[in-house]
Amino acid sequence: MQVFPFVVVVWILGVGLYGIVTSRHLVHQIVCLIIVQSSTYVLLLGVGYVTGAVAPYFFDVPVHTPAVDPVVQALALTDVVVEAAVTALLLAFAVQAHKRFGTLDPQELVQLRG
Amino acid sequence: MSPRRRVWVFLAAMAGLAAFYLWGLAGLPGFGSYPGPYGYIINAIAVHQTNATGVVSAVNFEYRGFDTVGEEFILFVAATGTATVLRHLRGERERAPADEDRDAPPTSEAVRMTALILTGPTVVMGWYLASHAQTSPSGGFQGGVVLATGLILVYLAGRFLAFKRISSVDVTDAVEAMGAGGFAAVGIGAVAMGLAYLTNFLPLGTIPGAVSSSGTIALISFFVGVEVGAAFILIVSELLDQTLLLGPGSR
Repeated sequence: MQVFPFVVVVWILGVGLYGIVTSRHLVHQIVCLIIVQSSTYVLLLGVGYVTGAVAPYFFDVPVHTPAVDPVVQALALTDVVVEAAVTALLLAFAVQAHKRFGTLDPQELVQLRG
Repeated sequence: MSPRRRVWVFLAAMAGLAAFYLWGLAGLPGFGSYPGPYGYIINAIAVHQTNATGVVSAVNFEYRGFDTVGEEFILFVAATGTATVLRHLRGERERAPADEDRDAPPTSEAVRMTALILTGPTVVMGWYLASHAQTSPSGGFQGGVVLATGLILVYLAGRFLAFKRISSVDVTDAVEAMGAGGFAAVGIGAVAMGLAYLTNFLPLGTIPGAVSSSGTIALISFFVGVEVGAAFILIVSELLDQTLLLGPGSR
């Protein structure tokens, strides 16, 4: 099916968002955000895919072999780096939230005043 | 808002998103029929222009090098930010080192053994990845993360104090700054020679895909590997440090 990977994208996005909305633990919520962001990797790689083409590495294949788009693959790499940065910062905030409020349940945190 | 109401609001929003997404999908070329032209152009010229057979690395460290400087500094700033957010608060004190062993959850012998065995190969693997960006699917970002994993395995092997020794904040900070600064300096080096920022000014080598080929691509990838490795070790050790802290009035 031609659109199947794009359906997978929105499925991953939806599952991740559902997790964020219903989460009862900040660390779980951060993992859900990672899942939401994973959908963008599938989207980027899906957009650049060429049927029957090889990966854009010409070490052991001739230079003019049809290959998939390297630009979106490089973008996916940027995406991963940004995700790592965001996750690190959010985990640090979760540690501080636990220290300050003694809970990691986002629905309890809402009821507390900063 | 009650959890049940929240789920209903979410489902309504998701239905709207799905509708827009399907609408957008209708205008997207089908999976597997990438229309180009950028990917095709770069695939056609990159090996000839840079002598790098890994075109993704060529895009990252050459054609799009300026963006990658920014990307690297995102990670740099994130490590700094984590350290700032996790700084010692007023009233917090560090637990006496003697308590450490008692509070750490016991690690099973199997985990310790596996971690010890894997440390060496993981570091070698990370080094290989960081230094072969120009030839194969690898590069500084991947290599740096694997390098950091190798050192974090030391912690998993139950050697918390050894991990703290090799990841002392002064050393990791300096190494991280060296990696980030090295990348920027390669670009400024090109400017000093009268070329545009991040122009590939080193000899490209003769054989495409050789380790010595591709000029600054390999060099930048090495600096990125150093920066990323140090940044991850810094972030992980900042988070691990938290287990040693006693907050005001807690526990």
